Amino acid sequence: MAGFDKVVASYEEAMAGLTDGMTVIAGGFGLCGIPENLIAEIKRKNTKDLTVVSNNCGVDDFGLGVLLPERQIKKIIASYVGENAEFERQMMNGELEVELTPQGTLAEKMRAGGAGIPAFYTATGYGTPVAEGKEEREFNGRKYILEPSIVGDFAIVKAWKADRYGNLVFRKTARNFNPLAATAGKITVVEVEEIVEPGELDPDQIHTPGIYVNRLIQGRFEKRIEQRTTRPSSSATASA
Amino acid sequence: MALSREQIAQRVAQELKDGYYVNLGIGIPTLVANYVPTDIEVMLQSENGLLGMGQFPTEEEIDADLINAGKQTVTMAKGASIFDSAESFAMIRGGHVDLTVLGAFEVDVNGNIASYMIPGKLIKGMGGAMDLVAGADNIIVTMTHASKHGVSKLLSNCSLPLTGKGCIKKVLTDLAYIEIKDGQFHLVERAPGVTIEEIIKLTEGELIIPENVPEMSL
Repeated sequence: MAGFDKVVASYEEAMAGLTDGMTVIAGGFGLCGIPENLIAEIKRKNTKDLTVVSNNCGVDDFGLGVLLPERQIKKIIASYVGENAEFERQMMNGELEVELTPQGTLAEKMRAGGAGIPAFYTATGYGTPVAEGKEEREFNGRKYILEPSIVGDFAIVKAWKADRYGNLVFRKTARNFNPLAATAGKITVVEVEEIVEPGELDPDQIHTPGIYVNRLIQGRFEKRIEQRTTRPSSSATASA
Repeated sequence: MALSREQIAQRVAQELKDGYYVNLGIGIPTLVANYVPTDIEVMLQSENGLLGMGQFPTEEEIDADLINAGKQTVTMAKGASIFDSAESFAMIRGGHVDLTVLGAFEVDVNGNIASYMIPGKLIKGMGGAMDLVAGADNIIVTMTHASKHGVSKLLSNCSLPLTGKGCIKKVLTDLAYIEIKDGQFHLVERAPGVTIEEIIKLTEGELIIPENVPEMSL
């Protein structure tokens, strides 16, 4: 590695140093914008007892769901975990610890973690099970709870394009949690569809500056669709 | 006659105003998009990071990188914008969304809502619902008035774990449009052909009935 060049040669190198018991923050929403090959590398390495922070936990055979059969995940912090039979089984049997976290709070935990803010107050979750054990405080007549932020030993991120310095551009709603995850990893690993030379990306259009990125690799992606909904080609009036 | 899912959506759509930014939850709320009056413009916010959600794509337009919060493939409307999840929830938590429509299991007279978990049975998570109910001022809850066994969902106290405390003011069910204030339900409108007696029978929490309760017009 020379200077600011973040590109690594293999997925093995990309995830080197990930060991049992670490915390991994993952970008993605459902199966959209997930770092699918970095997840596959964690499966191959068979790293165990991980705490995973991600909005969802994939499906049975794709995304983070592939880490479940070998019980690689000890605990998951997520907002919605509904699409996965093995997940449900492990959760109900107490084999998997699940910390359900409101989606906006989860995003803010990553953002704050990456920005050096240890905790923040939010009205979200006040008076609900999410508030249990948390400090409550009133500001301007409204009740808030104190939410600790999150930093990961690793963050795994999927972007669309990058230059070799790790400047990132995301595509459409595959952005989601990825820029936030990228800021919150002690080691941030990013996989992309295309790597270009520094200077080729317009600095005004970069979503995540390379300062957050430690390792970068170009991959091939399946990009599986979870809910394929369409309207007929002939109709211009059907609505989502 | 109790309203159908589509009719509930139709009645909710009457609450839309020109220039509104709106977040529609999964289920009946999603159907509201089909009844936006043609003479107004609204923009739909999808909390995974899209403002200006369009219709479903044609087979040729499908893009795995473009989905809504229900994980369905969608398109972008004219003037759409894309952002990350923290930005998306800054809009929601900062009170910038004009109207939020979402479903629930239970609502009570104190404006509490339970919508995300049935202990021991359904534990999928709250997604963005807790942020939406805490952040929005203008929220409409859509749900059936009672379970299919006739158990009321409009209660004096929610029995399930709460999604939010004291944040619901309007509920639209298959039988009635109800507002919540001062620790009571207030009957505002009834579904066409539904009697006040039927509504009373299926409302467990205290219900105030004004002298005149008009039928909804759809």
